[in-house]
Amino acid sequence: MKSKDGRGACLMSERVAIEMREVTKRYPRVLANDRVDLSVREGEIHAIVGENGAGKSTLMKVLYGLVSPDSGSMLVGGEPFSPAGPRDAIRAGIGMVHQHFMLVDTLSIAENVVLGDEPRARGVFVDSRAASERVERLSREYGFELDPREKVEGLSVGLEQRVEIVKVLYRGASILILDEPTGVLTPNEVRELFSILRSLRESGRTIVFITHKLDEVLELADRITVMRDGRVTGVVEAGLTTREELAHMMVGREVLLRVSKSPGAPGETILSVRGLAVEGRKGTEAVRNVDLDVRSGEILGIAGVQGNGQTELIEAITGLRTAGAGSVALRGVDLTGRSPRNVRDSGVAHIPEDRQERGLVLSFTVAENLVFGRHHRAPYSGRGLLDLGAIGERAERLIDENDLRPRDPGSLAGSLSGGNQQKLIVARELDGRPVLVVACQPTRGVDVGAIEFVHRSLLDLRDEGAAVLLVSAELSEIMALSDTIAVMYRGEMVASFGAGEVTEDELGLLMTGGGDAREGRARDHAGGAGTKEPGADRRGGAA
Amino acid sequence: MFELTVFDAALRMATPLIFAALGGMFSERSGVVNIALEGILLTGAFASILVTYQTGDPWLGAFAGLLAGVLVSAIHAVVSITFKANQIVSGVAINLLAMGATQFLTWIIWGSSANSPPVEGMSYWALPESWGAVARAVNVVIGHYPPLVYIAFASVVIAHVTLWRTAFGLRLRAVGEHPEAADTLGINVHRLRYAGVLLSGALAGLGGAFLALNTHQFVKNMSAGRGFIALAAMIFGKWNPVGALFACLLFGYAEAVQMGLQGRGIPSQFVQMIPYVLTMVALVGVIGRARPPAASGKPY
Repeated sequence: MKSKDGRGACLMSERVAIEMREVTKRYPRVLANDRVDLSVREGEIHAIVGENGAGKSTLMKVLYGLVSPDSGSMLVGGEPFSPAGPRDAIRAGIGMVHQHFMLVDTLSIAENVVLGDEPRARGVFVDSRAASERVERLSREYGFELDPREKVEGLSVGLEQRVEIVKVLYRGASILILDEPTGVLTPNEVRELFSILRSLRESGRTIVFITHKLDEVLELADRITVMRDGRVTGVVEAGLTTREELAHMMVGREVLLRVSKSPGAPGETILSVRGLAVEGRKGTEAVRNVDLDVRSGEILGIAGVQGNGQTELIEAITGLRTAGAGSVALRGVDLTGRSPRNVRDSGVAHIPEDRQERGLVLSFTVAENLVFGRHHRAPYSGRGLLDLGAIGERAERLIDENDLRPRDPGSLAGSLSGGNQQKLIVARELDGRPVLVVACQPTRGVDVGAIEFVHRSLLDLRDEGAAVLLVSAELSEIMALSDTIAVMYRGEMVASFGAGEVTEDELGLLMTGGGDAREGRARDHAGGAGTKEPGADRRGGAA
Repeated sequence: MFELTVFDAALRMATPLIFAALGGMFSERSGVVNIALEGILLTGAFASILVTYQTGDPWLGAFAGLLAGVLVSAIHAVVSITFKANQIVSGVAINLLAMGATQFLTWIIWGSSANSPPVEGMSYWALPESWGAVARAVNVVIGHYPPLVYIAFASVVIAHVTLWRTAFGLRLRAVGEHPEAADTLGINVHRLRYAGVLLSGALAGLGGAFLALNTHQFVKNMSAGRGFIALAAMIFGKWNPVGALFACLLFGYAEAVQMGLQGRGIPSQFVQMIPYVLTMVALVGVIGRARPPAASGKPY
């Protein structure tokens, strides 16, 4: 009884692994889950999709015993299930791979895996040899290539995720919950993860997979439950639906999944970076000899796995970090070593990587957050005092123009949804015709609707003649927006292409250091955009 | 500076530091900063003298010091774990409370504003002379210390094994590094943090008991910053029992030298600065590389 499209329906039984009925969870400000029903069959890969804040993670936390619901009931394997904590969930065979990995950096892989359920010697001691052996066996069984004695600290994100999966398998889980597992992975790592998940399904396990990426859902899942605003808005077979239909169920209206873009008309050079070297947090050379040019009316997208120097590069350009060597110039004026305020005042807008850390003061109001960066200038301030009237008017205007919700300048930034927080930052930064926009992961963790808004805003600004430097780990974003694409690997620009000259797969390979095969086509951008480093580390990458 | 008497004094000075530093380590490894060590030392010192004074038994006194340490640290635990209050503020409050309360009780019980009457200390452990020359030689070198000195050294070994080899130690470290991770694996974060803080109270209380019994009386504010020096030793020792031991021995030695130099024509204020200056120099030299438990100081 194999289904037509070759999905694992052969192993999927009609038996129900998880049944959640009318689960409701109310938080002080929001109804996170509103009478949610979820039914997951044994041996299937079941995706739960929805925008951020739709209640997917809350629902899974209820299932895993981390959050207790206000009402509703659950059955696991046909038995009534009401966990008092994760321990009960683990005992019922449920394992969870959290969105933010739950690994203790200073411990070894084996210690992380056995933590809380350690093999013992003489009652109180950890039998570390037995721990290593069992982790090694599990790791070999699924082809994970993990060294149990290695510390978690230095592992790549892909390997960390494998450790998380081994943790769950070690506890004998038959049901695996994965919360946004692909957000931080490279395309190759995603592919490997998917094949791992398929082989887990072949071995009879049930997989619940939370995501907001529609392509992944259609590629991997057997069935899909769609959530919006805490409610289930649809349950569909993956083979019988489309991206458009899913997006509609998620957002509640038609969404442009890919913003339309006209070819750019690059003009004069706006940003010019020469020979830039920047030291990273740990004293390593995070950025090495980088040359960059961004022209007016051009979006330059920098693709790369996180932690390859993008953060340091951005911080050096925006004045947040001092460059070790080289220069940054805006329209021919040297900005090297200027203060962030100075850089800002000369027309540079910055959408920072971490909106909660650097983009917003969460405990301040929307109006206050909207005026940051201009608060020291007229009309918002004069004679040493803030002009609250002008600040309020500005807030009202930007809220209107950008459709920020709630429409209340006095609400706290921390109470906004992730999408609206990001819209707030974009609204603030793009207001007032910046010459250069530095946008770093501008749509990370925001919903489809907000992604559309952010992309549209960046493209509009480009069409008005601004230069845009876009850094993103999201390849589809780089592909959709950029006029020119550069790849950053280990602090250097290893390749650069015009839009349409390169595929996502090729970029994915370059991002993980596997660029040798492409060297012939990798065009030099702006007079020598870095060189390829020999002996690239391929662990967790394409190899 | 290298006579046997200095060595002798150094060990005695180091002992309360060792107890307190081990205590601080257990607390911080679980994720709770315990600057209440200072107050716990003082309370332990007071309780040990009070009970020894009443019963005449210094062992009971030492036990009372340990118990008092547990009780005081329980306040810190409730405030900073259950009620998630700021751990530094809680610690400072406890230190002030301990200073005032012990002084007040000294006045109430013994009618003195400064100190208690003298009490009997612990008798030394020594090998019987009848075992011959070897026993006598051993006694000359290490045979004239109160038992708590040996117990302090034994505690270092036990703490090392507990931290690095037991399931309890593994969980304690995990809770201090990444409590969310431990929680998702079904580990009770609060219970482990309570264990870490109460253990630190027991050890520091014992340290206070040694401090007082070694002086044979309670003197107001006799902890004199040792709780903070113990914290420095813990950091210097990179949150490891063995490292903390060596740091404590170093600081103890500095204090012993300081005592030895007094009355030799050097202004006493300068001499008294030695241990503290040494502490700062040591910290500057090591702090860049030392990494505290990641979740230390953060309520969960």
